[in-house]
Amino acid sequence: MADLILTPNIDNADDFYADLLAAHDGIDKVDSDALNARLVLVLANHIGDNAVLVQAINAARLKMT
Amino acid sequence: MNKIFEVPLYAYERSPDQDAATPVRHKVIVIGAGPVGLAAAIDLAQQDVEVLVLDDNDKVSFGSRAICFSQRTLDIADRLGCGQRLLDKGVRWDRGKVFFDDRQVYDFNLQPDEGFANPAFINLQQYYVETFLMDRLRALQAEGAPVQIRGRNKVEAVGTHEDHVRLEVETPEGPYTVEADWLIACDGANSPTRRMLGIDFDGRVFEDNFLIADVIMEADFPSERWFWFDPPFNRGQSALLHKQPDNVWRIDLQLGWDIDKEREKRPENVIPRLKEMLGEEVEFQLEWVSIYTFQCRRMESFRQGRAIFAGDSAHQVSPFGARGANSGLQDVDNLCWKLKLVLDGDAPESLLDSYDSERIQGADENIRKSSRSTDFITPKSDMSRVLRDAVLDLSEHFEFARPMVNSGRLSEPCTYDGSSLNSADALDGPAQTRPGSACPDVPLGGDFLLPKLAGQFTLLTIDADAPEILQEDGIEVRRLALSVKDDMTLALKRRYLGDAPSAVYLIRPDQHVAARRDTYEENAFRHAIRRASGKE
Repeated sequence: MADLILTPNIDNADDFYADLLAAHDGIDKVDSDALNARLVLVLANHIGDNAVLVQAINAARLKMT
Repeated sequence: MNKIFEVPLYAYERSPDQDAATPVRHKVIVIGAGPVGLAAAIDLAQQDVEVLVLDDNDKVSFGSRAICFSQRTLDIADRLGCGQRLLDKGVRWDRGKVFFDDRQVYDFNLQPDEGFANPAFINLQQYYVETFLMDRLRALQAEGAPVQIRGRNKVEAVGTHEDHVRLEVETPEGPYTVEADWLIACDGANSPTRRMLGIDFDGRVFEDNFLIADVIMEADFPSERWFWFDPPFNRGQSALLHKQPDNVWRIDLQLGWDIDKEREKRPENVIPRLKEMLGEEVEFQLEWVSIYTFQCRRMESFRQGRAIFAGDSAHQVSPFGARGANSGLQDVDNLCWKLKLVLDGDAPESLLDSYDSERIQGADENIRKSSRSTDFITPKSDMSRVLRDAVLDLSEHFEFARPMVNSGRLSEPCTYDGSSLNSADALDGPAQTRPGSACPDVPLGGDFLLPKLAGQFTLLTIDADAPEILQEDGIEVRRLALSVKDDMTLALKRRYLGDAPSAVYLIRPDQHVAARRDTYEENAFRHAIRRASGKE
């Protein structure tokens, strides 16, 4: 079973974070929430592995896996 | 208040230029005697270029101001002959802690790798840096170097001409006119020179105020950078605590936009805030208090004919990341050897265009990185804050989120990727020493690499042959022959060879890599020297 990666894994995290903020720039809270929800689903599909996704959900709930 | 601020360091004296029948022409005039202007004067004087510094003041700057000086700045200061004094007085640090709300979320070490002569950072008040640079300038003068400094010489008008600049200078004894082949304006973010030449300086204003307080206290906090997001003692805002020499501590408190600055600066308002942060029982005295706002902006070009801009006069960044004074010293480092070659007729004037493009690249990197830090520290929207707080919450539990926490990305030398002075990379070597990079230091027994690369073109050979001296169109390149065996720590191999068995590097006088190959090939290196001096 694959494990969720919880060590740094993005080459340039600052670029990613800036892109994420830019996606939210100038839209209201409702649209921002919806954007985040869609982003979660898109990323989940990319990951694909249910076991990893359960670990990700637990990490987001700040439960140590 | 410390008396270092009171004593004139370069008092006004009448100069013969004031009594000359026709304006005296100097090689280079530097306007401004802050860290950048003084460094420029020292760098030129060391290369035997005649230089005159004009400053409207006659003392060091008031208050601590810039306090974080990077490894690259210390390497440059070594080349300028005063690195050791900065190091002796400064507080070394490479660790930091990040707090969120009422708890520590993680700590970091800026320099996990070893084998550098200089530490990742020192903290040192700007007035000490200026004092040490001034001492160095006086020492050069005593040795007969062609450098002068004139206090209370305020430039009132600047005229730019095809092959010189003409300045009208006001002094306590009236005005005079003086000329220079080249002008370097190091007169700060509000540069009067820039204004007199009518050059725009537009950018992004950040709607926030920060209170800086320098306090003197006997405290046992370690010499680390402590940064708080949304702490109980400054709700909804940020805070920073950092140690300086002489038991002075820098405290930086974010205040928000809608505040009464004069009111917030009064000791009766500052002291209760600090007591909440430090604890009621801690005894302290206020040394200096200031409130600042900032902008991120740069000039479109750092050069207008014979007038060249360096430091804050050319570019301004947010203070998060210590990218102000440190980048100004990198400007000087980049500029002075080029100006020397041009003045001596060993390189075309167009070499100076590479100062513009390389340092604009540096300024844009600094503006981008410090703007991102500011956006993280001061979220612009509800969602930015939600994401920011999510990163902080995750960072407490999971290592992956820590690189996303941004309390300031600390100043590093710019790598001039794509510069017209670089030759194509011809070594399968480490990325950190690719053409355009500032050379990383390496221990060589009891010695270090960087002092051996100072101030001239060098051909660094590692387990490779090459001639001892190479002359190409007025430029002399000397060889420095090393072997991986010279460094038992293997940092030389790690930083300069990687998997390659040998390497030859052409290194510029500012210790940036111009070209590299696995072995010496005369034609390739002659081309590389021509490129690096703006001739191809």
